Amino acid sequence: MKVDTLSERPKLVMGPVLFHWDAQVKLDFYARMADEADIDIVHVGEVVCSKRMPFFDKHLPDVIERLHRGGKQVVVSTLALVMGGREAEMIRDVTAMADDMPGVLIEANDMSAAGLLAGHPHSIGPFVNIYNEGTLRHFARRGAVRVGLPWELPMESVQILCAHRGAVEIEMQVFGRVPLAISARCYSARAQGLHKDGCRYVCGDHCDGMDVDTLDGEAFLAVNGLQTLSHSYLDLSGDIPALQQAGVGVFRLSPHSFDMVTIAGLYRQVIDGKITSEDLQDRLFDLCGDIDLANGFLHGKPGAIFDELPDRARGE
Amino acid sequence: MELVCPAGTPASLRAAVDAGADVVYCGFRDATNARNFPGLNFSRDELAEGIAYARTRGVHVYLACNTFPKADHEHIWHQAVDDAVSLGVEAIILADIGLLGYARDKHPDARLHLSVQASASNVDAIRFYHREFGVRRVVLPRVLSLMEIRELNCAIPVETEVFAFGGMCVMAEGRCLLSSYATGESPNMNGVCSPAAQVHYLERGDTTVSKLGNFTINVYGASEKVGYPTLCKGRFKAMDKAGYLFEDPTSLDVTAILPELAAVGVTALKIEGRQRGKAYIAQVVSSFRTALDRIAAGQKVQTGTLSHMTEGMSGTTGAYQRGWQ
Repeated sequence: MKVDTLSERPKLVMGPVLFHWDAQVKLDFYARMADEADIDIVHVGEVVCSKRMPFFDKHLPDVIERLHRGGKQVVVSTLALVMGGREAEMIRDVTAMADDMPGVLIEANDMSAAGLLAGHPHSIGPFVNIYNEGTLRHFARRGAVRVGLPWELPMESVQILCAHRGAVEIEMQVFGRVPLAISARCYSARAQGLHKDGCRYVCGDHCDGMDVDTLDGEAFLAVNGLQTLSHSYLDLSGDIPALQQAGVGVFRLSPHSFDMVTIAGLYRQVIDGKITSEDLQDRLFDLCGDIDLANGFLHGKPGAIFDELPDRARGE
Repeated sequence: MELVCPAGTPASLRAAVDAGADVVYCGFRDATNARNFPGLNFSRDELAEGIAYARTRGVHVYLACNTFPKADHEHIWHQAVDDAVSLGVEAIILADIGLLGYARDKHPDARLHLSVQASASNVDAIRFYHREFGVRRVVLPRVLSLMEIRELNCAIPVETEVFAFGGMCVMAEGRCLLSSYATGESPNMNGVCSPAAQVHYLERGDTTVSKLGNFTINVYGASEKVGYPTLCKGRFKAMDKAGYLFEDPTSLDVTAILPELAAVGVTALKIEGRQRGKAYIAQVVSSFRTALDRIAAGQKVQTGTLSHMTEGMSGTTGAYQRGWQ
């Protein structure tokens, strides 16, 4: 185990942009990722809603080229919920390119993409349910080189899956709001009395998701079109040493409207043992304002909870 | 269309059989099934007796083993599959890929159905489960419209089963962590959603507050009927407006579109509700039996007969009609 963690430098990943940002904002974001961020892998591709794709697909070749010039591996993430013939066709098109794009890996986020990618090197994203060794083995045999584990797994499951990983890299999200659910129905549209077919792309009004509070005024969830996210921001910086020890080799940050270059640098320093989780959190509150942090899932508790460091999490 | 009915207890199983079910589906009394509620589900002996009761009346039994096995605990789920086969159920309903692989390898002749928890919502995903595991039927996620179901049925080599009545997940099933986020107990891992042990009701002035874990799911005025705080059916605040953000308190009821479902090639109709009592089961099953018999005889179906059984006294056809989205 020790040889493993020393011989391979842990990788830092910028996950797919989950939100409907303006094309120019996304272009600027990827330019910074390419030129400034201490990141190994950058995801592109629309994961939440196929209606958003026409806004950015035309820029993808340039973005991928720029990221490659910046020395990043590029992963194309596919849709999490694939419905209907048109979306199925899109998945066939993107998975058909698996072998034609050097330096690009495709991440399957549903079972249609996973099935179509079998036999080619690919990645399985965290929207695909991998809860046990048998399922991990299935994907490893069919060409998965990396798998992102589901957000709700407790540490003991992560440890067991890592012990059975073989040559497969294990990835976990360590920062950002957690995707909790996806639906055929658009809740950004519904909140404004609109239907999905005439949504006016109102999901784009909220660059980190639309806040959802309980009737007692407690922050609870965040809505991003078809997707529902946690209101809190996952922060597993305090668990990174244990995750590395277990064999997690790839750490994902999920993009938000904050300074993700600096945030990536902070997580890199935690991975390298240069700063503590507390140092990182202090800086996060400076950078992101008064956000709630959570780590409950990994600790076997409700995902909304921040375990062990409650006072710091509230910004003191 | 085949009528597939729920049973959480031996008494409900007999009620469903007597009311005209073609099939009854059940689960074992543990975390291997997605209705892992206290006092519910079947021991091995109870299932054996249930199968005998059903079989003498020409009714089939399916076993739902549709949660995702916990790492290092797969043997519990493997045992459930082995026992279901040796007890002689007509089909096993599975969601987990590792478990499907186990069932296929160990019991090549067993009839496997894909649970709604696998969220197979498109042609290629369904083809994958058919190719890899020989799945013979897929229970479709409650996200598809009639048009999309028709398209699917033209393109896939397996039967489709759709939800017809009862509680309605508005999120894609098997991919929802909302309950887990609020309570630490998850449909995928524990077989529970919005668990009763974490439900509290508080009186506050003349309002009633329903809570799940630490979160307020709804606040009811004196004149409002208090409902169970299922997370996605709660009332929340977004953009300064309070309301049922995800779904109104309502139940799925496809009685009005039964002919359309038959026309788009659906093989089986599933009634949700293994947690329901035998009186509820008897009434819902017999209402659907009557409706299906009338359709078979070329007669018109009477709608609204079950409206008193639905949450909020209102039925929806959900995603089957695109306007829902």
